[in-house]
Formats: sequence, structure tokens, C-alpha cells
Amino acid sequence: MSTTAETLSSDAPSPEAQEAASETDARGRLLAADGTPLKLSLARALRRQKLRALALVAPLLFFVLVSFIFPIGGMLLRSVQNDIVPDTLPRTIAALEDWDPASDVLPGEPAFAALYTDLVVATERKTHTRLGSRLNYAAGGYSSMLRKSGRLVADFHLDWFEKKVSRDWDEPEVFTALFGEGEGPAAQALPKTAAAYAAWAEEMREQGEDPAKEEPWDLVYAALVEDLRAGGPALTGYSGPQAELIAETLAKIGEYDPPSYTDAFIKSDKDWGDPDNWAIIHQLSGRYTSSYFLAAADLERNTDGEIVDKPEEESIYIFLFERTLFLSLTITFSCLLLGYPIAWLLSNLPLRISNLLLILVLLPFWTSLLVRTSAWIVLLQQEGVINDLLVSVGILSDSGRLQMMFNQTGTIIAMTHILLPFMILPLYSVMKTIKPNYLRAAKSLGATDWTAFWRVYFPNTVPGIGAGAILVFILSIGYYITPELVGGTEGVFISNRIAYHISSSLNWGLAAALASLLLIVVLALYWVYDRIVGIDNVKLG
Amino acid sequence: MTETQSDGAFVAFERVQKSYDGETLVVKDLNLAMPKGEFLTMLGPSGSGKTTCLMMLAGFETATHGEIRLGGKGINNIPPHKRGIGMVFQNYALFPHMTVAENLSFPLEVRKMPKAERKAKVERALDMVQMSAFGGRRPAQLSGGQQQRIALARALVFEPELVLMDEPLGALDKQLREHMQYEIKHLHDRLGVTVVYVTHDQSEALTMSDRIAVFNDGVVQQLAPPEVLYEKPDNAFVAGFIGENNRLEGRVTAIEGEEAVVEIDGQASVRASAIACGGAGERTLLSIRPERVILGDTGAPNALSGKVVELIYLGDHIRCRMEVAGHDDFIVKIPNSHAHAALTVGETTPIGWQTDDCRALDAA
Ligand SMILES: Nc1ncnc2c1ncn2[C@@H]1O[C@H](COP(=O)(O)OP(=O)(O)OP(=O)(O)O)[C@@H](O)[C@H]1O
Ligand SMILES: [Mg+2]
Repeated sequence: MSTTAETLSSDAPSPEAQEAASETDARGRLLAADGTPLKLSLARALRRQKLRALALVAPLLFFVLVSFIFPIGGMLLRSVQNDIVPDTLPRTIAALEDWDPASDVLPGEPAFAALYTDLVVATERKTHTRLGSRLNYAAGGYSSMLRKSGRLVADFHLDWFEKKVSRDWDEPEVFTALFGEGEGPAAQALPKTAAAYAAWAEEMREQGEDPAKEEPWDLVYAALVEDLRAGGPALTGYSGPQAELIAETLAKIGEYDPPSYTDAFIKSDKDWGDPDNWAIIHQLSGRYTSSYFLAAADLERNTDGEIVDKPEEESIYIFLFERTLFLSLTITFSCLLLGYPIAWLLSNLPLRISNLLLILVLLPFWTSLLVRTSAWIVLLQQEGVINDLLVSVGILSDSGRLQMMFNQTGTIIAMTHILLPFMILPLYSVMKTIKPNYLRAAKSLGATDWTAFWRVYFPNTVPGIGAGAILVFILSIGYYITPELVGGTEGVFISNRIAYHISSSLNWGLAAALASLLLIVVLALYWVYDRIVGIDNVKLG
Repeated sequence: MTETQSDGAFVAFERVQKSYDGETLVVKDLNLAMPKGEFLTMLGPSGSGKTTCLMMLAGFETATHGEIRLGGKGINNIPPHKRGIGMVFQNYALFPHMTVAENLSFPLEVRKMPKAERKAKVERALDMVQMSAFGGRRPAQLSGGQQQRIALARALVFEPELVLMDEPLGALDKQLREHMQYEIKHLHDRLGVTVVYVTHDQSEALTMSDRIAVFNDGVVQQLAPPEVLYEKPDNAFVAGFIGENNRLEGRVTAIEGEEAVVEIDGQASVRASAIACGGAGERTLLSIRPERVILGDTGAPNALSGKVVELIYLGDHIRCRMEVAGHDDFIVKIPNSHAHAALTVGETTPIGWQTDDCRALDAA
């Protein structure tokens, strides 16, 4: 501001006049008529405009934030979140902390004991199947291991009490009598059991069930075993409720010789004896994980924690990404090839006819995408219209019908058709602005029709090509319905895989990671595009 | 229109007709012959077919009938890019994606000229229009006048023998337009190219041309040098279109050699040169230039009287509107000199003119 003032006054014919027109304050800033610094009053004037602009966009901004940005953000977060494992196996993970997964030896008994505890809780909360699916993403087999172990831990200790001591032990009333009133004599005699029972009762109430009507979980029996083995005067002299049952059990406890947790788990499923399976649990113990992204890029961690390529037969995503890119490029290119002459024609016809034709270009938008895609199936399938025609004309033999559907050809044909308007419209609106005089000028300067087109007309349509290409490419790279319907197995896109993981396999983490990767790829391509074509050169009209 | 002797002419239109829709003729029976080196202007109101003629010459439209010849050879079947005609378009049509220098070098490139030669020619052409410093700019970064010069340089850089210009100065402001008129004229004098120039600005046509073809309604009304066109218009349209012009209607009473005796409606009888009036008894239109009217009783052969209606002071002269013979739009230009007594509004004064200066034309 002050430099402008200087140049102004140095150029001005009469500095006095200049001064009178715009006062400056002590710091040399220009002042407005009311004596406030000019900059300040300008900012004040602009602020109202900005506020108004903000008020105008606010509803949309709010809508987009609530219905799009937050959900998408949340979805993308899932690609790194890994709460299931630490939430379901907190004790096991704590127990595995000191274990070295690269050592190739099994974790010790405390880890199995912790696993027992975690699984009892998980079974009760019915979260162990979810854990199974989560672990299965990393390697197969966990679901069945957890299912079998779930049965194992359900009555690991109870079994003995029930069968060898008394049927009464699985009666809820026994426990209500013992610990129902909180601090009773039973709680003094059997402190650990009381605590375990209280924890379980709390859990039950949380689940909305009445602990007085349910058989307690196996952890209570485990605590009971410990209490009985510890003995003590409060126990031997116990005379509270169920004294007879306690005395009988105490007498027999010496006979109880359960297998170690390690042995029991391995016996239920020998996979528990494989250190690699434990290594995966160890790897997935954090709240955040890179495993989804690794999987999305066909990578995995080996048991030593190093990132390695997945085995050939399991690597599909990179291949799918490549295919998606390749097919999208092909579709973009064929849209350009088909759309360019049409756009040229449209822009050179009299307005009345070109408007009519433009409506025809837009006509596909009036019918549902599904209908259009299905129409292509009718046309292109092996028993479809085109094949029938070719056979009846005699160009093809009945056995030599063309396979044009449920493969890449089908995807390319149908998607080119569907995305064509997105290429034609920007091309048309850019061509419309190119004056016919350019071509005439080129010809009058001696250029042949082709040179005039290539050197003069074409360069001026590049912004339209740029806009159309980026529209078609970005739309097709994320396309889902058409490849799903007509792509067969060869013609599916990465989005179909994402949809599969969202709705069928329910592996949302992987779906989110694939989606994020797709987003990254698109942004990277956009950057490259900006470098080559220049985004300022893209014109929609 | 009267031209038939087109052998040996550089550019020749022979009985050319053009219709776009098959119903109306946009150009009707055009005959025109130009010698080499001439600066010919097509002048006419909007829609009179000037651009159409130019486009036929350049090859972007084909004549419906007749022949166009360039250098003695018919060009009806030669495509535009082989005609070697330089063209300046109304809105310049500089290629927006090329720099100024690339624009100029384009016609040389398509002629496969070696690079060094190209560079030299482009520089010379830029020099010629005094734009040497602007070779690296894009057309969009130039002012209208600068773009105009580049368009001119581009049309000339490949040294065509014929250059067509379609209202090249139409988009410029008055001052720049006048300046460019002189520059184009000087270039023409210096290079000796043949120029066909289209405009609907009559002063532009008068300033620049060797000859002017006045178009109206698809017909050349008169083809003549500027001074002839101005002083000896062939018909009422030309008289009205070029310069200011007083019209008086009347009836021919007699033809005496070159002169016609005309009775102005309800007024005295005057003499005028018989140009396009019929015989005795026919109606006619008298045309007198405002600056040729003589004020005062000076013994001019044709004397009438006029009543001053309005006086407008214009510095070098005074425009005086008078009521003469029932018309109140009779204009007289009075030079602002001591020789002329001051007139006052409402005063009646004798007026007159030389018989030569008044032309009896067709009654429009
Ligand atoms: N491509 C065309 N199709 C149909 N009619 C046309 C075409 N071009 C010109 N015309 C008609 O031909 C007539 C002459 O047009 P032309 O462009 O030659 O006029 P002009 O003398 O150059 O006018 P201006 O001074 O306005 O440029 C006009 O009535 C116009 O409507
Ligand atoms: Mg024109």
C-alpha cells in the first residue's frame, strides 16, 4: 500500500492534490475519508461480502460435511483401525508382550491362561466369531480354532464340578445363595470366587439378563478352584449358606487335576500349537494396523514382521488395479475416438439441428443406467441380437458365436456407451467457441485441410479433450454397476471388489484400504495430468 | 458493371452469381477486372454481398454461376490453400495457441521453407509492421491494433500477389483506425501487392483506394476512383451513400445536350448535368453536395432562395440547415472565413450553384 502511495505521488503532476485526495497517517498508511486506515476499511467492507458468501454456501457445506465428509472419513479410518483384536483379547495381548514372535517357540502357559480368560468373556459376549473373521483376513483357520476353543472354555472347569462333585454346581441359585448379598461369609471364605462372580453378574446386568437365572461363566469355577486349593481358616470353618456343598467340594478338590491350558487348547485344535498363528495375533495386537493396506497392495508381513509379497495365487488386487487403469484408459480413449467427430459435427451444424442432436446425445441420461446396461446384455450376449443377426446373415457359424458379453469387451462397449456424453459435452462446448475463421485463415495461408485441422483446430480443442478425458477416466475408474453386470470375471473393476468386501465378506477394513488406495492413485494421476496437460488448460465450455 | 474488357486483368469476376439458398441471389451478375497492384475497395451497406465476393475469391465459397480468374487462369476448381491469396479476417483470426512469431511462420512452414529462411522472413515481416519486440507474445497479450498489424504481417509474410482484407479495421477505435489506414496504404505502395479491401466505412474507402466498387443489393452500383465517385456519382444510391448530399425532386422539362432542365416541384426551373435522368417529362432527383452550394446573390446560373432553419458551429465550417423548395433538410456548408457574412436563423437568403455541380439522377 505505502509503495503504491509513493509511486502515485512521485508520478502525480501535483503532490498537493494527491495529498488532499488521500491522507496518510503517521505510519504512512493511506487513510479513508473517515480517518480509518484504508486497508482496514477495505477489509471491513470485504468482510460483509465474505460473510454473505459463507452464508450462501453454508447449507451445502453442512450437508456435505454431515452426509459425505464425515462418513467417508470414518470409512477411510477403518482401513487402519484394528480395535477388534485388542478389545477381544486384551489379556492375551498383555501376556504376549514379552514373547518373541520370531523365536519359533510357543508362548508360555500364562498366555494360554490369558487366552482362556479372554475367550470365556468373548464367548459370553458373542464377540469371538467376529474376532475369528478378523483374524481370518490375515490367515485362514482362526474361525474354526476359535469355535472349537469356545466350546472348550465354556465348561473347562465346570465339567469337573458338575460331574465329579455335584449337579448342584450349575444351579444359579447356589451362587445367588452364596454371593447374593454381597459381603457375606461366603465372600470371606471364597474371595476370588466372589470377585469373579461379581464381575460376571455385572456383565450379565449389562447384557440385560438376570444373573439369578443364569449359570455363571467358567471363570467363576476357575476362581473357585483357586480358592478351594488355597484353603484357609475361613474356608475350613465355613458355616454359611451351602456349607455342605462347599465342604464336599473342598474334600474332593485334591482329586482335581485339570490339564494345563496349553495342552487343552492344543488338544481342542492342534493349530494352537503353531507359533505362526500366535505370531499373527501378536502382529495384530495394536489398535492401528497397516495390515489392510498391505493386503490391498498384495503384501503381507511374514512371521518375522518383514513386509513380503503375497504368494502368487493370493495376489489379486494389484492385478485388479492395473486392469481397472487399463480398462479406464481404453474406455477414455474410445470415448474420445467416438466423441470427437460427433462433437465436431454438432458444433458445425446450424443451431436448430445441433440442439436436436444434442438432445439425442443426452437421451441416455433419461433412462436408468440399469436399463441401458441390460440392453447391452440383450444385444451382445451369445444368444443376443447381434450374434443372431451375424449368424442368420451367415457371417458367423452357429458354433462360432462371438463372446462379447461377460468379459472385458462387454465392459468396454457398455461403459464407452454410457460415458460417451461426458466426453461429447465438454468437447462440444469448447469446439463451439473455436471460430471457423481459424480454419479458413489456416487454409488461406496455404495449409491443406489436414494441416489446418492438426495444427490449428486440434490444439484449440485440447482443453476440451482434457476436460472430457479426465471426466470419463475418473468416472470409469470408480465404476461399479456396469462391470458388475456385464464384466463377468475378466471385466470386473477394483470397485466391484470393494463392493464385495463391503457387502459380502464384510471386511470393511480391506474395503476401506482399497478405496483409499484408489483415491491415492486417482490423486497421483491427477497430479501427473496437471503436470502434462495443466489443469488450467481444462475447459468445460 | 460496365466492365467487359477483363482479358489481361489480374483479378477478374465474370458474370458471377451467388446464391446460398437457391432462392435469392446474394451476388447478381458481378463483373469486375483489376490490374496488378491496384488497391480496390468493396464498399456497401451491410448484407450487400461484399464478404461473399471476397470468400468466393479466397475459395471458401463457390460461385453459383460465372467465372473468377486470377492471373488469367480460372480458379473455380482450385482449393483455397493452393490459391496463394493472403487474407486478413475481420477479427484477425490469429491462432490463439501460437505465439506471434509462430503465427507468422505458419504459412512458411506449410510451404516447407527451411528454418533459417523462415526466421529471416518472420523478422522482416515483424519489422515491416513495427512489431519486432512482440514475437514471443501470444495474440491474447496484444492490443487490438497490434493484433491487426500481426494479422497484416501474416497475410503478407509469404509474399502473396493478392491480399484480401475483410473489414480489418472494424474493431478499432477511430484514431487507431485512421492511423492504420495510412499504414496499410503505405505498405501497399511499398510492396506493390494487389489488394481487395472490404469496408462499409466510406471515409476509409475514400482515403485508401485506387478504385472503389460500391455494392448494393448484390450489384456493383459504380466502380470508379474516389474523386469520381464523390463528384460524379452515377446514380442516386451512390450519391446518397458517399458523402453528404442534398436531394431535390423534380421533373425534366427538356434535355439540352449534356444538360437537363429540371423543374423543381412547385418552384423555379434549374439546370443540371444529365447523368441518369430520363427524357423530358420523366421524374428525376437532383443531387448537390453541401459544399458546392453558393450563398448570396453572386450571379450563379441556378438561383433559388432558402430560409435558414438551424446553424451548427463546427469550427472550420458552419453547417447551415435550410428550407429550400419545401424541403427543410437542405444542408449548406459555409467555410468559417471572413468572406462570409454571418447568417441568422429565420433569415431568407439567395442560394445557387454551378450547373456542373448539380446532377440529375434516377428518381429513387
Ligand atoms: N453462409 C451463408 N448462408 C446463407 N446466407 C448467407 C451466408 N453468408 C451470407 N449470407 C447472406 O448473404 C448476404 C450477403 O452477405 P455478406 O456476408 O456477403 O454481406 P456483407 O456485404 O459482407 O455484409 P457486412 O458488411 O455486414 O459484413 C446476406 O443477406 C447474408 O444474410
Ligand atoms: Mg462482411
